Amino acid sequence: MWTIVRKDLAIELRTGEMASSMFLLALLMVLIFAFTLEPERLAGPEFLAGLSWTTLLVAGTLALNRSFVLEREAGGLTGLALAPIDRGSIYLGKAIGNFLLLLVAGVVLLPLIAILLGTRGLAPTMVLPLVLLLGVVGIAAIGTLCAAIASRTRAREVLLPILMFPLLAPLLIGATRATAGALVGESAGELQSWLLMLAGFDIVFATSGWLSFDYILEE
Amino acid sequence: MSESRRTWQDTILPWTTCVAMLAALFMVFVLVPSERDQGIVQRIFYFHVNLAWMAFGGFLLVSCASFWFLRTGSRRADRLAHANAEVGMLYTTLVLVTGPIWARPIWGVWWTWDPRLTMTVVLWAIYASYLMLRRLGGEDDTILRYAAVLGIVGSLDIPLLILAVRLWRGVHPAVMLAKDEDAGLKDPLMGWTLMVSAIALGLLFTWLVSLRARLLEVDEHVAAIHLEGVRT
Repeated sequence: MWTIVRKDLAIELRTGEMASSMFLLALLMVLIFAFTLEPERLAGPEFLAGLSWTTLLVAGTLALNRSFVLEREAGGLTGLALAPIDRGSIYLGKAIGNFLLLLVAGVVLLPLIAILLGTRGLAPTMVLPLVLLLGVVGIAAIGTLCAAIASRTRAREVLLPILMFPLLAPLLIGATRATAGALVGESAGELQSWLLMLAGFDIVFATSGWLSFDYILEE
Repeated sequence: MSESRRTWQDTILPWTTCVAMLAALFMVFVLVPSERDQGIVQRIFYFHVNLAWMAFGGFLLVSCASFWFLRTGSRRADRLAHANAEVGMLYTTLVLVTGPIWARPIWGVWWTWDPRLTMTVVLWAIYASYLMLRRLGGEDDTILRYAAVLGIVGSLDIPLLILAVRLWRGVHPAVMLAKDEDAGLKDPLMGWTLMVSAIALGLLFTWLVSLRARLLEVDEHVAAIHLEGVRT
C-alpha cells in the first residue's frame, strides 16, 4: 500500500505536472469568480468557504482523473491487480496519494483565495485545518472510487464529475458550513455536529471504497 | 427463453393497476373533500407524497438488487437494479414536477431549498448519474459490477444527505407550512385516498419495473444472438 503511495508521489514530485496544472486551474477559477461575480461582493466567510471548496473540487477532479488514466495508459493497473496484494490496499494506496495531493492544494488555495478576495472580518480558528482535513479525506475517498470506475468506461473523464458530484453533496454542504464557521472564530464545540457528520462521511465511504474495490479491479 | 409465457405480470398486474389507478383518480378528484386552507391544489399531494416515498424506496431496492448481484452474479438481479433505477428516476422526476405545481400557489415560489426538496433533487442526480454510468459505461460485463457498486454507495449516501440537509436548513426554518400529514387526518376519507393512491402507484411501479426488466432481458438475448451471428 505504501509502495503505491510512494510511487504516485515520486511521479508527482519528479514531474510536478498535476500540482502545477491544479494550481493554475484554481487560480483561473478565482479569476473567473472575480470577473463574473464582482470581487467586492465576494468578501466574507460564506463566499470564501463556498468558493474555496468549489475550486478545490474542480481542481481535484483534474487530479483524480489523472490518477487512474496514467495507470491505464501504462498498463499499471493490470500489474497492480496481478500483484499478490489485497485489492483494498490498492484502493487505500491510491486514495492516500490523492488525499495528499488534495491536501497540499487545499493548504495552498485557502489562504490564496482569502488574500485575493479579502480577509476583512476573518478570525480563523484551529478548527479550520481539521475541517480541511475531513473534507479532503471525503473527496479522496469518493473520488478515488469514482475515478477507478470512470477510467474503465468509454466516457472516462466526462463520467467522473457526473458520478462524484451528487455523492459529494452532503460533504460539500458540511465542509462549507464548517469552514465558514471556523473562519469567523467558532470553536470545535459549536461546529461539533458538522464535524461529526464529516467524520461519519469519511468513515463510511473510505470503508465502502476499500471493501468494494475487489469488484472494481476484478477482470 | 420461453417466448409466450403469460405470467401474473401480463394478466393480473396490468388490470389491477388500471382499476386501482381509476379508483385513486376518482377518489382524488371527486370523492375526497378539498383541504380547507389550501383548496383544490392540495389534492396533488395524494400522488406527490406517495411518489416521493416510492422514489426513495426504489433506491433501497436498487441497492438490495445490486448487493444480490455482487454476491451471486445473477443477471436477474442486475436487470432488477437497472429497471428499478429507471422507474425510480421517473418517479423522482414526477415528484419534482408535482411539487412546484403545489408550491407556487401555496408557498408563492416554485422552488425553495427546504430539506425535503434538496434531498429529492440530489436523489434525482444520483439516479441520473447511475443511469448515465450504465449508458456510457461500455459494452462488456465489467460495467455491471461498477453499476452495482455505485448503486450500493449511492444508497449509503442518502442517510448522510438527510443528516446534512437537516443540519443545514433545519436551523433556518424556511417556508414550512402545515404539512399534508396533518391535513390528511382531518377527514378519514383523506387517509383512505392517500392509501388507495399509494396502492395504485405501487402497482404501477411494480408493473413498469417488470416490463423494463423483461425488456432488458430481451435486449440481452438479442445482443447474444447478434454476437453469435457475427461469429459464424
